[in-house]
Amino acid sequence: MNILGIESSGLTASAAVMTDGRLISEYTVNNKKTHSQTLLPMISEVMKSAGLETKDLDCIAISRGPGSFTGLRIGSATAKGLGLALDKRIAEVSTLEALAYNLSEAKDCILCPIMDARRQEVYTAAYEVAESVAGNSEANANEADAAARIWPLKTVIPEKACPLDELLRELEGLNRKVLFNGDGVPVYAEYIKENFKEEYAFASNSLLLQRAASVAALGTIICETGKTVDADAHVPVYLRKSQAERELAAKG
Amino acid sequence: MGKDVLILAIESSCDETAAAVVKNGREVLSNTIYSQIDLHTLYGGVVPEIASRKHIEKINQVIKTSLKDAGVTIDDIDAIGVTYGPGLVGALLVGVAEAKAIAYATGKPLVGVHHIEGHIAANYVEHKELEPPYLCLVVSGGHTHLVKVNGYAEYEIIGRTHDDAAGEAFDKVARAIGLGYPGGPKVDKVSKTGRKDVLAFPRAHIEGCPYDFSFSGLKSAVLNYLNSCKMKQTAGHVEEEPKQGKTVYETVFSGNDMIDEEQGVTVADVAASFQEAVVDALVSKTMAAAKDFGYTKIAMAGGVASNSALRAGMKAACEANGYTLYYPSPILCTDNAAMIGCAAYYEYISGTRHGLDLNAVPNLKLGERA
Repeated sequence: MNILGIESSGLTASAAVMTDGRLISEYTVNNKKTHSQTLLPMISEVMKSAGLETKDLDCIAISRGPGSFTGLRIGSATAKGLGLALDKRIAEVSTLEALAYNLSEAKDCILCPIMDARRQEVYTAAYEVAESVAGNSEANANEADAAARIWPLKTVIPEKACPLDELLRELEGLNRKVLFNGDGVPVYAEYIKENFKEEYAFASNSLLLQRAASVAALGTIICETGKTVDADAHVPVYLRKSQAERELAAKG
Repeated sequence: MGKDVLILAIESSCDETAAAVVKNGREVLSNTIYSQIDLHTLYGGVVPEIASRKHIEKINQVIKTSLKDAGVTIDDIDAIGVTYGPGLVGALLVGVAEAKAIAYATGKPLVGVHHIEGHIAANYVEHKELEPPYLCLVVSGGHTHLVKVNGYAEYEIIGRTHDDAAGEAFDKVARAIGLGYPGGPKVDKVSKTGRKDVLAFPRAHIEGCPYDFSFSGLKSAVLNYLNSCKMKQTAGHVEEEPKQGKTVYETVFSGNDMIDEEQGVTVADVAASFQEAVVDALVSKTMAAAKDFGYTKIAMAGGVASNSALRAGMKAACEANGYTLYYPSPILCTDNAAMIGCAAYYEYISGTRHGLDLNAVPNLKLGERA
């Protein structure tokens, strides 16, 4: 099974090809150049590197948000266009789960991606490595197929946009070591150092930001378990209403 | 006669999600438009973020419908045309990313189109005999241009607005006299019952720029007049049947409501007098340019080109001067993808091809190429 992973929810633009759960090619850029210009040439490049033609794809995995509204739509429109033209379905992968998946070797920690949502808020959620994966017994390892079908993350705090303080208090209530990643880390590292009372660590730079490989990996499981959506129906998950809608609601 | 050329065109520059299939540049096989206007009416104008969210929600269905209506599949298409500017950047990006993905997935050529060149090209759909050169008045919510069209991809702007676009002036005045959004059609409709000569609003003349426009002075004159009448904000009544599930926040006036009780001036009179001033400016400058540059064919394009008073005024002036007037039917005047397919066809046969790195250019200039 050939899966194309697409990630454009933040500053990172990334594309990856995975075949039967094995990463074949990945292209990640953290640069100011707009995703609108870079994303599709990158996709074309990873496909070429993987020796695949577009018709060889079985499914398109998209980082479906939260994140930059415009960035998400560039990725989503790209995925929807591919889906429409190739008649393929879409695996919608939570950007936050994909970030946490970067850290899924840390079996003893709470995995907490924080994405800078501006206005002193973060897009966030908290996960732990699912027991069956954490326990990864000999038996399971031998049954690669069965293991692949197990969702590797268990949700501890569901995804939301909230003030960083609210998140930190909630995390303190868990009494567990927390491992942070996401583009909110460089923004809020100082603040967390001064205000977070639980044991914590920040992910290393190579695991800090979004990667299309993580999107493709989770997309593979979504695809195998038949939880893909029609390309027509796919929309990003913003976790926030537009400013105009918020203002109108505030007016009552 | 060579092989037919089929263009799948996509347009998402503002608040319409649109797709069309056009054959050989002049034959519209399908023209699908999902209008978001009801959504934005609530806010008194287009909200860019809401427009972008709606585009991503509807774009695949709109494209599929246009293919189905045309009786073709994606395999039958020769090239993908897409508006890449000018317009709202977030809205444009949805169409551009979608079009690029389809072009990449199918290996078909991609042709980016200038939105206003699309509006001009709408005339080719309606008038099979029209060919350049001609003079075109482009009037919409965002644009007021007098353009020399010297070839299918040769445009020269000789007149432009110094401030508000004509459509923008319609929206602002409509809001001020309580007609709501969108202003153009509402002013047009209510003006039919008003007297266009009861109030003398100014026509701007710009020194040294005989073909340029200015509508901010006119708009201010209308607002000043309204203030002088001390129009009571409470004088209106709420729209009788708000659409289900939606609340109408703006007070809505009808044409018969009085603006000036003493003089017997109604909302319709103000609308008609304002509209007359706009039409007069647009017609007189178009006629002056046609005479000075020796054009005998005049075209109109853009949303405001469907204004009935403008059509009547331009028609009378063209007849008086012996010019031929062209304008598209209303459905092709407002934003649509058929016009983009038409413009894309002429770009396509002249060899224009865009790469997978095509970006949305919100302030793309007429005649400019990415």
